[in-house]
Amino acid sequence: MTVSHTSLRSGMGILAEERFDAIVVGAGPAGSAAAYTMATAGLKVALIERGEFPGAKNIFGGVLYRKQLEDLIPEWWKEAPLERAVIEQRMWILGKESAVTFSHRNERYKEPPNAWTGLRVKFDQWLASKAEKAGAVPIYETVVTELIRENGRVVGVRTDRDQGDLYGDLVVLADGVNSLLGKSLGVHKEWAPDEVSLAVKEVIALPKEKLQDRFNLEDNEGCTIEFIGDTFGMAGLGFMYTNQDTISLGVGVMVNDLKKKRIKPYEVLDAVKQHPSIRRMIQGGEVKEYSGHLIPEGGFTSMPPLSGDGWMICGDAAQMVNAVHREGTNLAVASGKMAGETAVLAHQRGDYSIKTLGEYDRNVKESFIHNDLKKYRGIHGLFKEMNSDTLFGNLPQALNDAAYEWLLVDGVFKKEKQKKAIRTLRNAAGGNIDLLRLGIKGWRAING
Amino acid sequence: MSQSIEERLFMIRYKAAEQSHLIIKDQDTCLHCKTKECNFFCPADVYDWHPDEKKTSVAFENCIECGTCRLACPDYNIEWVYPTGGHGITYKLG
Ligand SMILES: Cc1cc2nc3c(=O)[nH]c(=O)nc-3n(C[C@H](O)[C@H](O)[C@H](O)COP(=O)(O)OP(=O)(O)OC[C@H]3O[C@@H](n4cnc5c(N)ncnc54)[C@H](O)[C@@H]3O)c2cc1C
Ligand code: SF4
Ligand code: SF4
Repeated sequence: MTVSHTSLRSGMGILAEERFDAIVVGAGPAGSAAAYTMATAGLKVALIERGEFPGAKNIFGGVLYRKQLEDLIPEWWKEAPLERAVIEQRMWILGKESAVTFSHRNERYKEPPNAWTGLRVKFDQWLASKAEKAGAVPIYETVVTELIRENGRVVGVRTDRDQGDLYGDLVVLADGVNSLLGKSLGVHKEWAPDEVSLAVKEVIALPKEKLQDRFNLEDNEGCTIEFIGDTFGMAGLGFMYTNQDTISLGVGVMVNDLKKKRIKPYEVLDAVKQHPSIRRMIQGGEVKEYSGHLIPEGGFTSMPPLSGDGWMICGDAAQMVNAVHREGTNLAVASGKMAGETAVLAHQRGDYSIKTLGEYDRNVKESFIHNDLKKYRGIHGLFKEMNSDTLFGNLPQALNDAAYEWLLVDGVFKKEKQKKAIRTLRNAAGGNIDLLRLGIKGWRAING
Repeated sequence: MSQSIEERLFMIRYKAAEQSHLIIKDQDTCLHCKTKECNFFCPADVYDWHPDEKKTSVAFENCIECGTCRLACPDYNIEWVYPTGGHGITYKLG
């Protein structure tokens, strides 16, 4: 990367006179997957990234999934920088000083492997390097400030470098959740605060042996824990994932709730770190990095049109995140691949209009991206209608209180206990009718 | 194990651009802004309201480029662009 990279940097003026078959903006999973697909098929591709290197600006939880990357690069996990193979997933519903937990552990997740934990600085560099090796021209430390349009068609990009205009037959927008370019093109408007969440994260170092003991792991095994509750009544989700010798701990909350509560995001993280279930896992660890990033939460209803004359948009820039299953990178990779394939088709036909590029829209529509997001399209509305304090504060607490009572042996008749447990939950939801309504709405929201 | 925000930001490599990539469009809007919520929602404490000077200060070299302020300021009073290429934050883990 380094040699060609430096010469290209100084050679930007020369480059600008060249034409590309395709220009990709953003070297995250979506952009690199698109660039890889097109370069492998022989297209002349420019891969532009604003960071010092791909991954420099990027964070995630994070879990990487086998399937969609395997469709791109067979057996990719044998060469990619990964942390641990996920064999156990836990869900914690937190009360003030308690937790109700669910989990699934299975040896079958080892062969074939299902998912791994990872860190983006290493991973994104690796995936981009695959695109580079396939022939994509890396243009890093470069911000695309504008799309160049002629007669309503995107024909290139303007960058913040001297003589920094680049021209190409088509542009793939893979510029992530902020997607200033998608907005400039009018593909989508500015996201409303309830269409995104803000996550803050810390990577906490812990001796490997200690980490493995605390999470019940051997060798390369990994464990993921998501938690709800303990977010000051804001709609949100926390995560604690095991890396080789670090723990990724973070919490994301909806920006509309964050605005209301006037709480600093890192104070939410501080509070979570004090929770007895979490404190014990990270005890004695050393914080190596603090970070923050937005997550698209709008899902199906926020997805914009995906292509037009001379352009296609993929990944987070198009709100392709399945928040319920914390899947994002795989949707990004799959959409990048589909956009890349459509670009190859357009190149063969010599047609870069929406007529051919619309093929990308159609393919996404038939894929798991469209289908899974559609299934959960009600979630956004559910959060909108329901009070976050109820869903993410009172209910998790009530469930914990009910569990406490249920397991407490104090001579109270079990029948009484059961009544009390139900009463606790009902009150937390705001009464019988509301509990029922919540149940029905919740069911509908996840069954599209 | 919880640290101050200064200690936290100190862990992120930062290459400062000469000019701020964040600009308060109109300080008068801030003066009349009832919530001044940018003082809270920013994960890097970039914004601070100074009542005596009637001014929101912008510590742009703290910014971790998340984008929240751009869409969360109730008056869309923050002009938000990326730092110039290669500038701003560089994570070492991600
Ligand atoms: C806290 C958190 C936890 C998550 N957990 C998971 C998880 O466990 N599993 C999972 O699969 N997903 C997870 N996600 C979601 C996942 O990270 C995203 O869905 C995925 O990274 C989207 O990829 P992308 O390529 O579309 O965008 P990004 O990864 O954001 O990449 C966009 C790239 O474009 C660059 N860029 C932007 N604008 C410009 C410009 N104008 N010029 C040049 N370059 C530009 C950026 O620097 C960046 O490198 C998580 C996200 C967060 C924030
Ligand atoms: S929230 Fe917006 S208008 Fe209010 S003080 Fe902050 S920048 Fe100014
Ligand atoms: S982009 Fe994020 S970190 Fe930067 S000033 Fe805005 S809210 Fe703060």
